[in-house]
Amino acid sequence: MSFTWFHRLGSPPYVYALAARLTPWFAWPAGLLIAAALYGGLVLAPPDYQQGDGFRIIYVHAPSAWMSLMVYTTMALAAAVGLIWRIKVAHAVAASCAPIGASFTVAALVTGSLWGQPMWGTYWQWDPRLTSELVLLFLYLGYMGLRAGIEDLQRADRASAVLAVVGVVNVPIIHYSVTWWNSLHQAPSVMRLAKPTLATSMLVPLLLMLLGFTLFFAAVLLVRLRAEILARERASSWLREALPA
Amino acid sequence: MSEFLDMGGYAAFVWPAYAVTFAVIALNVWWARRRLAAEEQRARQRLAARSESP
Repeated sequence: MSFTWFHRLGSPPYVYALAARLTPWFAWPAGLLIAAALYGGLVLAPPDYQQGDGFRIIYVHAPSAWMSLMVYTTMALAAAVGLIWRIKVAHAVAASCAPIGASFTVAALVTGSLWGQPMWGTYWQWDPRLTSELVLLFLYLGYMGLRAGIEDLQRADRASAVLAVVGVVNVPIIHYSVTWWNSLHQAPSVMRLAKPTLATSMLVPLLLMLLGFTLFFAAVLLVRLRAEILARERASSWLREALPA
Repeated sequence: MSEFLDMGGYAAFVWPAYAVTFAVIALNVWWARRRLAAEEQRARQRLAARSESP
C-alpha cells in the first residue's frame, strides 16, 4: 500500500490547490440539502403531539449542537496530528476550525434557550448539558484568544494545539451529560446506538440537515484552510503561480 | 400562510431560532471569504516586496 497520498496532504501547495478545487463540491450539496431539510422540517413534518410546532426548533438546534462537537473533535484531531508529526497543514486545519465551531456553539446555546423557555419554562438553567456546552464555547474562545495573543505563528500553533487536545475531554462529557446526570435536557434521539426515536417524517429532515451542516462545515473549512496556508507561507515560489497578480 | 407563520403559537421561539442559525451560516460564509481575500492580499504584497528588493 502506498502512503504518498498521506505525504501529499502535508504539502501546502498541494492542499491549497486541492482545497480550492473541492470547495464547490461541498458547498452546493450543502445548500441543496439544507434547503430540502428546511422544507421538510417546516412544512412536511407534522406537529409534535406534545410540543406542537415548537418542536421544529430541533431542525436548527440539533445540527448546530452536532457541529459544535464535531468541529471541536476535528480541531483536536488536527491539532494532535500537528503536534505529533509537526505538520504545518494540520495546524492550519485546527486554526480554521475554531471560529466555525465557536459560532455554531453560540447557535446551539441560543436555539436551545429559545426551545427551553416554552418547554421547560426557562431560558437558562445551570444544568449539566447546558453548562458543559457553555464550557465548550469558552474552550473555543480561549483557543482563539491564545492564538491571537501569540505573535509567532509556529508558537501559536503549538500552544493552542495543546489547549485543543486537552479540552477534548469535554466532548464526551457533553454527549453523555444527559445520561450520567439528572438533566432537564432530553436524551439523544438520533445519536444513539439503538434505532432513532423520531418518526420517519420528522427524522428525515433532521438527517438531511445534519448532513447539510456537515458538508457546509467542510466547504467553509476549505476556504479558511487556504487563508491559513497563505498566512504560513513566507515567500515560497509556488505562491507566485497560485496567486496571479 | 398566517397559520404557518404563527407556528401553532410558538412563532416567538421558532422564528428567532431559525434566524440566529441562518445568521451564523451567512456569517461563516462572509468571514471565511473575507479572511481568504485578506490573506491573498497580504501574500501578494509580500511577493511584491521580495521581487523589488533582491
